[in-house]
Amino acid sequence: MAIQNKPAQWTAAEVKEELLKKYPPKVARKRSHSIVINEGAAEAPEIQANVRTIPGVITMRGCTYAGCKGVIMGPTRDIVNLVHGPIGCSFYAWLTRRNQTDPGPDGENYMPYAFSTDMQDSDIIFGGEKKLKVAVQEVYDLLHPKAIAIFATCPVGLIGDDIHAVAREMKEKFGDCNVFAFSCEGYKGVSQSAGHHIANNQVFKHLVGTETNVKEGKYKINLLGEYNIGGDEFEINRVLKKCGITNVATFSGNSSYDQFCTAHLADLSCVMCHRSINYVADMLEIKYGIPWIKVNFVGAEGTAKSLRKIGQYFGDKELIDRIEEVIAEELKAVEAALAEVRPHTQGKTSMLFVGGSRAHHYQDLFHEMGMKTLAAGYEFAHRDDYEGRRVIPNLKVDADSRNIEELVVEADPNEYRPRKSEEEKGKLGEAGFKFKDYEGMIPDMEKGSLIIDDLNQYEAEKLIEIIKPDIFCAGIKEKFSIQKLGIPMKQLHSYDYGGPYAGFKGAVNFYHEIDRLLSSRIWGYMKAPWQENPELSATYVWE
Amino acid sequence: MLLRHTPKEVMDRHAVTINPAKTCQPIGAMYAALGIHGCLPHSHGSQGCCAYHRSALTRHYKEPVSASTSSFTEGASVFGGQSNLLQAIENIFTIYDPEVIAVHTTCLSETIGDDIKQIRDKASKQGLIPEGKHVIYCSTPSYVGSHVTGFSNMCKGMTELSESTGRKNGKVNVLPGWVEPSDMEEIKRLAGLMNVPITLFPDTSGILNGPLTGEYHMFPEGGVTVRELIGAGDAIGTLALGEWCSADAARHLDTKCKVPCKVLDIPFGLAATDRFIDTLRTVAGTSVPDDINRERGQLVDMMSDTAQYYYHKKVALCGDPDQLISMVEFLVSIDMWPVHIVTGTPGKKFEKRIKELTAGIPCEVNVRAAGDMFLLHQWIKNEPVDLLISNTYGKYIARDEDIPFLRFGFPILDRVGHQYFPNVGYKGGLRLLERILGLLLDRKDRDDPETTFELTL
Repeated sequence: MAIQNKPAQWTAAEVKEELLKKYPPKVARKRSHSIVINEGAAEAPEIQANVRTIPGVITMRGCTYAGCKGVIMGPTRDIVNLVHGPIGCSFYAWLTRRNQTDPGPDGENYMPYAFSTDMQDSDIIFGGEKKLKVAVQEVYDLLHPKAIAIFATCPVGLIGDDIHAVAREMKEKFGDCNVFAFSCEGYKGVSQSAGHHIANNQVFKHLVGTETNVKEGKYKINLLGEYNIGGDEFEINRVLKKCGITNVATFSGNSSYDQFCTAHLADLSCVMCHRSINYVADMLEIKYGIPWIKVNFVGAEGTAKSLRKIGQYFGDKELIDRIEEVIAEELKAVEAALAEVRPHTQGKTSMLFVGGSRAHHYQDLFHEMGMKTLAAGYEFAHRDDYEGRRVIPNLKVDADSRNIEELVVEADPNEYRPRKSEEEKGKLGEAGFKFKDYEGMIPDMEKGSLIIDDLNQYEAEKLIEIIKPDIFCAGIKEKFSIQKLGIPMKQLHSYDYGGPYAGFKGAVNFYHEIDRLLSSRIWGYMKAPWQENPELSATYVWE
Repeated sequence: MLLRHTPKEVMDRHAVTINPAKTCQPIGAMYAALGIHGCLPHSHGSQGCCAYHRSALTRHYKEPVSASTSSFTEGASVFGGQSNLLQAIENIFTIYDPEVIAVHTTCLSETIGDDIKQIRDKASKQGLIPEGKHVIYCSTPSYVGSHVTGFSNMCKGMTELSESTGRKNGKVNVLPGWVEPSDMEEIKRLAGLMNVPITLFPDTSGILNGPLTGEYHMFPEGGVTVRELIGAGDAIGTLALGEWCSADAARHLDTKCKVPCKVLDIPFGLAATDRFIDTLRTVAGTSVPDDINRERGQLVDMMSDTAQYYYHKKVALCGDPDQLISMVEFLVSIDMWPVHIVTGTPGKKFEKRIKELTAGIPCEVNVRAAGDMFLLHQWIKNEPVDLLISNTYGKYIARDEDIPFLRFGFPILDRVGHQYFPNVGYKGGLRLLERILGLLLDRKDRDDPETTFELTL
């Protein structure tokens, strides 16, 4: 399939029809609910999300184990992640997510290591608990870590190994090492999302609230759902620090065990990736009285807005003034960079299919560059991430969601301390401040744009063929089929080994990166001179 | 230090693998299946397996890697994956229209006991497999063997297509083993120079080293065709390169279609290439052309020109059995001393073969099958080396111990070249030498004091 240079003469409805045309009727019916046109109505249209991927369709999605071990637990440097299963699951999650980490003053950093029980057929037949116990013991003897996390892979659930019993027993035996387990078998749920939820639950159960030695600071927050890909968390922390805000715990980029354990002592939770971490945010509020707000540090405007929101929450003039100073200072470089790139980026078009929040957040950066997002969608998000949290009460709980544990949390009799009284909250609300709110991706998108959940390879190819965006964003699996078509592709999982893209400096990096992709000479070499001019001229003119 | 928690003292471990020197079967099956023209590999398991394998292969090749999955949920895991696979087969032929679907299993579908042959036959009865199209399969439980075993199993799965008409077609089957597309291309070039018609399978050249032209073809030009695979049953013989990667398929073809086989080492380096060329010449009844003699002479020439820099240098290696065997033989042949050798793939005969190859080395040689990179690192701490050869994960050891590092094997995530420049054959030997020499001399240039810093080497 070749891309022709043709003017954009299509409507979203025509594109949708084209995407569905080739499917068998049952597939077409199911996919049609996941492909939605934004009519620009006051209320976002309903989209089908968080449902099973159709077998045989080449999906971008991964599994529950990837969401649990890979995304949420992977970035913490001083917990040994021991994968109970055949070797592959541990191997593929070994250093592949680009969670950058500062090993800290203690230097305890297991990130460059992969630990596995490497189950063999005899373990599958006779059970793997014994081997798991020995493995935990060996890890402890070798490294004496403060915590060991055990992760289940597909066969573990099927053969019935009780990993939680092993964890309990070994934790008791050691006394000075917290051992806990995650039943994150790959077949659970419909995507990585189930793994996020499972990880959230266990972190909350086994870690949060177990230590009291909290960082000192006047304005203490948690940063939830930020994974420090390419150093994003470093940059956000730089900005926070400059404003005088103390980040108690990041879930979980560049984090350490102690951060999780003291998260209950912060005074505000700031949620970046709503999809992967909203469960912990809710539980922190119910059990400890810490309110949460949605923030977005992707994009300079979003960063400024998020900082102001934090300032407004604490309501302290000193902090509010300092935040304004920082924003003014930081925006100088941002504006200079924008002035440089906008002549090349203004009016260009993008598509984003990635993650559970990035496909939304990164639209802000493109918008700042004067670019238009024509189509977007998530890989593993739920309806609330598209349509806003208002739809949560109406969400259908299907068989795949039902088997993911919902933790029932109550206010802690000793530790519950509402950070804001109802009256204070009411006042903030009157001033337009929104707690516990996320409006989702769709309201931020333009009329006539397409929103597609769980986009697959065939649909991606069709979208590019018909719409021909200037840039396409997704992950490594999609990278090269897109680029073969001559369309620059930006990975928004791994950032193509660049970054940071969050915060003010990150925004500047991203502008330059997109400018580079759009302006590169490389895309002009795809045809040889004789392919562009195949006719032989009658006489060749020698020198 | 990146791996600062790795102690020098080696503690016996019985249960925990740290920093594996292998991965699981299905990715090998997926890689092999990509070497069939018009083939879509299909992973019968939960989505994550397929996503991980595609990601790993894509990072290694910087090329599109298409593969589908049965997308198991908890329901399928309890009630069996038959309906998922039947649905997948129907959808794949309708949407992507491949010539072949190559199904491999996973630990999930193996543990619940899905019978792929039975499901395939059912799909066939239900008319889900269009006329002239094929579904091949192999069993690749992740808890047995390694990625190498999975590669071997899919190669064997391909021979299920082979048929014997009773009339030989004059061709030689060559199973290249787990090598790069560039290596496969080189094997075809050598056979071409010798005028020996071969069927190379799998053949990922043209598929995982494709051009950028502004066009995307889900099924590129390359790969062994179904017709060629059917015809493999009429070949005069099979050369299987690599005991671990290729022998099972070759022996199966012998049993099934009476095609005799010979198992050789993967032709890395002088001696293994000599054996390959000599065997190919013999089975095809041709003579070796001057072009190949000249290439061989060039390799020997470079070996002699630069011999002083390899002499008695110690090397640590980590990788897959077939690749390591030929590589160790090559290193020994240029007077290097491979002293620590680890593969994650199980098999005691690997240790035996390496011991034989290194028998003449006057120092202790550590070798371990079913080992890991943590152990290799510990060995290096106890007995330092001058060169480390492994996949990209070795870079953490190389930086910590400050050792020149040759990327070789799978996966290579942080460099390019393996897609395009072969390591097999005499030309491949030249490339290996060039790279090894460059590493050793760069180190010397970095470390030599001003007084002995050399212009000419």
